[in-house]
Amino acid sequence: MSGTWVTIQLALISLAISLMFGLLGAWAKLSKNYLAQKTAAGYTTIVRGVPDLVLILLVFYGGQELFNSLGTATGLWDYVEISQFAAGAGTIGIVFGGYMTETFRGAIIAIPRGQIEAGVACGMNRFTIFRRVIWPQMVRYALPGFSNNWLVQIKSTALVSVIGLQDVVYNGFVAGKSTRQLFTFMFAVLIIYLLLTAVSDLVLRWLDRKYSKGIVRSDNG
Amino acid sequence: MGESVIAFLETWSPIDIVLIAQNFDRFLWGALVTLQLTVISLVVGGLLSIPLAIIRSGNNPFLNAPVWAFTYLFRGTPLLVQTYLIYYGLGQFEWIRQTVVWEPILSQAWWCALIAFSLNTAAYTTELLRGSIITTSKGEVEAAKACGLGKWMRFRRIVLPSAFRRALPAYSNEVIFMLHGSVVASTITIQDLLGVGRWLNGRYYLAYEGFITAAVMYLIIVLLVSRGFRLWEKHWLKHLYPLDAVEAKPKKGLASFRV
Repeated sequence: MSGTWVTIQLALISLAISLMFGLLGAWAKLSKNYLAQKTAAGYTTIVRGVPDLVLILLVFYGGQELFNSLGTATGLWDYVEISQFAAGAGTIGIVFGGYMTETFRGAIIAIPRGQIEAGVACGMNRFTIFRRVIWPQMVRYALPGFSNNWLVQIKSTALVSVIGLQDVVYNGFVAGKSTRQLFTFMFAVLIIYLLLTAVSDLVLRWLDRKYSKGIVRSDNG
Repeated sequence: MGESVIAFLETWSPIDIVLIAQNFDRFLWGALVTLQLTVISLVVGGLLSIPLAIIRSGNNPFLNAPVWAFTYLFRGTPLLVQTYLIYYGLGQFEWIRQTVVWEPILSQAWWCALIAFSLNTAAYTTELLRGSIITTSKGEVEAAKACGLGKWMRFRRIVLPSAFRRALPAYSNEVIFMLHGSVVASTITIQDLLGVGRWLNGRYYLAYEGFITAAVMYLIIVLLVSRGFRLWEKHWLKHLYPLDAVEAKPKKGLASFRV
């Protein structure tokens, strides 16, 4: 089943994109810049309000036409085809970037303000404060929300089969149709997804334990 | 006047607004199908989830395990695959096609979508409700026991009303999730909101119009739903808010000193 590998790649690449957008979005939402705030607010509203499949279709069909008519208008590039993989990974990444934005924003807010002020008082610059004070704690606060998002994200990759990407769903469907055993093949696909989510669940739990080591102990004490 | 507006739009609008307006009744029908599927499966799934959540929050292993397996299976796999499995998969078995429910129900896309959606939302709602049932404060349950309420009376009068309320914010997410999930219906030939958008694009060979219209309408529905839930929460969770948020009067003096 080469489709499983496509699904895993799709999920991981879209995860990278969504993390980038999530950090960027959280930073924009918490910045003092009015324009950045409004842009980020608009982004999360649209991306969380419109179903992902609608956006995937829009990007795959509409994005291609827009991109090519821009190319023709400016004369900068010739006909380009956006692949199903790029459209799928890009759209899912951007959509879940919206969810990640909210998760990260909540996690950053949860860090006591005094700690950041203490960092300033110690003479750290903004980058050092982010790396030394915000990041290690943000990861811990964000993990539960992140885990949820990631599990939903893996399942969303199934939708890319609708635009014809040969992922595990598409391959399973085609194989099932030609052998007239759709139930058997779709059930196999179901089990593959179940394995993927189960494995991620284990990894996330391990991460959770790792990042909240000192905290759990102090709770018991 | 009207004609000149149309002519203006036809020349200058980047997307074909006139065509959208001409087919707007179809989009409204599509929205109706989407809402119908979502609401019915939420009701069915919600009703299913109440007994399942009570089982899941108890500690009878023989009842607990199958319910856990059900929620794990449905929460761990994509709705698209579940829907395909029911709509395309069940036809593989000759004996299912022989049964009386095949012709009127299991061979119909609408019913299959409804079954898949209901089971899916039932699984999510079960876990959600379980979470709020087991976090009911112990004191309330003990007080009910002290008053001599039996097990079912306790659930009916004390635990469930309070658990429902506390599950409300998470449930609003589930409702929106289900609304988003209902687009899967368009992949098994149902003319829901997205189905109409795909139809329009296919028929007139367009790239944006159908999807953009569908996207805007989904956005409107989602915003209305989340606003509705916020009002609902304000009403049903009033007792859980801090007092000054209810009175909405900023307190002067020491109280307004922020640490």
